[in-house]
Amino acid sequence: MAEKVSTPKEPKTPFSVWAPVVVLGWLIPGGGHFLQKRPNRGALLLFSVAAMFFFGLAMRGPLFQPQGGDLLTTIIYCGGYIAPIFSGAIYGLATAFGYSQPDVAGHVHDYGTKFLVAAGLLNLLAIVDAYEIATGKKD
Amino acid sequence: MPKMNLTHFEAAVLFALFTSIVLGVVTKRTDRERLRYGLYCFACFIGTVFGLGWLMYLGHG
Repeated sequence: MAEKVSTPKEPKTPFSVWAPVVVLGWLIPGGGHFLQKRPNRGALLLFSVAAMFFFGLAMRGPLFQPQGGDLLTTIIYCGGYIAPIFSGAIYGLATAFGYSQPDVAGHVHDYGTKFLVAAGLLNLLAIVDAYEIATGKKD
Repeated sequence: MPKMNLTHFEAAVLFALFTSIVLGVVTKRTDRERLRYGLYCFACFIGTVFGLGWLMYLGHG
């Protein structure tokens, strides 16, 4: 009979350690890195995410609202609604100041949509990176 | 809000630039590795843009 080999569990990082990093990283792109004294990486993330979001708005990309319908429409509209939210405060400000634009046809608007969605997803990567630094999985 | 009308190529290069920076920053462990990986990703994006561009051009005949 094979014996079970138990590997020692790594101690869990307290919630109070990683939660502020994740929340700040979400609100301000790169904020989690700034909080953990990695200003260069934080600045690069802030620049990239903010610039991508700005270009998305300047190309008149729409900020989607969730919408039902067939499966593809639901995925596109719900995904297009959720992803830019990860941009944090930039998304909140853009919505509050009325920069949400109608969805119109055209390749520039289409690129704008992709930029807005990608900005949120890139910030999500930055949040995960900041979380891993806070929990000691990365330097 | 200023309005921009970028070409396909300009938009693709900007997308590649910002995405490569983030991928370089979050994936590697040393600054040298981050720089190399960021440049590698950027080169892959641009290579794909040109590759697919030629493929579509030749596909149209």
